[in-house]
Amino acid sequence: MKKNLKYNVVWLLIAALAYAFIYILYVTGVITPFTEYTLITIGINIMLALGLNLIIGFSGQFSLGHAGFMAIGAYSAAIMSVKYPTMGGFFSGILLGIILSGIVALVVGIPTLRLKGDYLAIATLGISEIIRIIIINMKDVTNGPAGIFGIPPMVNWSLVFGFVVIVTLIIVNFIHSGPGRATMAIREDEIAAESMGVNTTKYKVAAFIIGAVTASVAGAIYSSYVQTIAPKDFGFMKSIDILIIVVFGGIGSVTGTFISAIVLGILNMFLQDAGALRMIIYALALIIIMIFKPGGLLGTWEFSVKKIVKKKEDKSNASIER
Amino acid sequence: MEVVIQQLVNGLFLGSIYALLALGYTMVYGIIKLINFAHGEIYMLGGFMGYFFINKLSLGFFPALILSMVGAAVIGVVIEFLAYRPLRKSTRIAALITAIGVSFLLQNGMIYWLGPEKKSFPQAIEFKNYQLGFIQISNIQVLILVISLVLMVALQLIVKKTKMGKAMRAVSVDADAAQLMGINVNRTISFTFALGSALAAAAGMLIGLYYNSIDPMMGVVPGLKSFVAAVLGGIGIIPGAALGGFVIGLLETITIALGFSDYKDAVVYALLIIILLIRPAGILGKNIKEKV
Repeated sequence: MKKNLKYNVVWLLIAALAYAFIYILYVTGVITPFTEYTLITIGINIMLALGLNLIIGFSGQFSLGHAGFMAIGAYSAAIMSVKYPTMGGFFSGILLGIILSGIVALVVGIPTLRLKGDYLAIATLGISEIIRIIIINMKDVTNGPAGIFGIPPMVNWSLVFGFVVIVTLIIVNFIHSGPGRATMAIREDEIAAESMGVNTTKYKVAAFIIGAVTASVAGAIYSSYVQTIAPKDFGFMKSIDILIIVVFGGIGSVTGTFISAIVLGILNMFLQDAGALRMIIYALALIIIMIFKPGGLLGTWEFSVKKIVKKKEDKSNASIER
Repeated sequence: MEVVIQQLVNGLFLGSIYALLALGYTMVYGIIKLINFAHGEIYMLGGFMGYFFINKLSLGFFPALILSMVGAAVIGVVIEFLAYRPLRKSTRIAALITAIGVSFLLQNGMIYWLGPEKKSFPQAIEFKNYQLGFIQISNIQVLILVISLVLMVALQLIVKKTKMGKAMRAVSVDADAAQLMGINVNRTISFTFALGSALAAAAGMLIGLYYNSIDPMMGVVPGLKSFVAAVLGGIGIIPGAALGGFVIGLLETITIALGFSDYKDAVVYALLIIILLIRPAGILGKNIKEKV
């Protein structure tokens, strides 16, 4: 218990340091409104990619419908905060998005996650397209293909930072809990896990719902930050964008997701005018990484305070023995 | 009643395009268990190759069709060799991500090279309308149906009657055992990709001729829908893919005829989810229990 407390304090310190670092960047004027966009996009992408990595990397199920859940969150928050332009309205919008996306993920996940293989990828892709088509056609509520504009801005960088920390905490805690270990057992070998008494559908659905909910929260923050959303923002391309972050970072690595979201975010800032060329580079990188490192760049490697501390202890012990 | 029959006829033509595409999906999935996401892009490339052969080389429609089918077959084999073959032994998620990468590369490559705007496909065959009783049919629709049926029958003959077809069937049942029997598995897989890609290119050219326009993103939605068609008919089963294609085409035109044209894509995806729920093996498929 005491040991865990120590690690938690270290992590809290790291989070505080990151916060202070960004704060200093703001005060010294390094972050202009232009670079702020990159910073907040990185935050949103971290949340999205963590959720997707939980589904792909930790439970081994391939979902291509992340943009659909993001759209649910974005639209819930946008509609609520246009109606009630207060912080309360925004948060109730987030809550609505969480509930809606959770229900959709549950309803969709129970039947489709029974399937083995990659049918799930196509099924989730279909679902996200269905969500998008419904949004386009619910003209009274969502303003159809034109989208919603004039969404009151409620988020600033510290709120995004807070949400990133909360989402990370939830996902990391899930991974390290009993259900999380069961989920990873399913990833390693579904049939073996099942024969050891793991209720595979239950844990796959749990991971899927958590991933969907985090996508919806990220979508809500996105809508409030950019202030204009349209159904075309949440197409197949968006799902691929998030997938690219997950693959670059490592399929099954939280640390990797952070690193790749930050690196790709900064890279995007410089490649903004490259257009199709940027996508060509990404696509080539995706293929090359998969051929030479099918688990993503970092694989399942994690940065862990625990390991570093333990290693030091081991070394000191060894020196005593000598 | 006339409207319904007219729509059913229209659905048949659309369905034959989906069927051509679905055949490629089903063969590749049947043989290496990979959803070839780049298949829709081969269809797009087929359309563009036809466009260049007719416009720049001023070939007739049929020589252009045969040339672009050959071209697409080569591209399909090259993609398989460069991107999918190194991943034969790795996880299916890795292979699927690679396939998405390839499809992305082809789309954006074409956008980078030719721009994202629509191009008008040359009308190599003069448009004529025929009136059969109360049904209206254009010569292009007849052409689509005839070419698709000819290609489907040819494919069925290749798979059932030739040595290569026998090898394909053997590899799809058990690649290792086929190898032990002296079948060159790699060559068989390449051949499968060539066949599927050629069919996709034919579909791309036919749709270009029918709608009179092609663009670099045209492969995405038909690609997904024809995958749904392949799943619907029973993935890995060639007649199933053809059947699924026609069902999807008819379903789509019926949805439009009923006045829900905004929902035509949603209906197809919903059908996929329903099929996966009640009959994951597809209409013509047999349910196989997984062995440990």
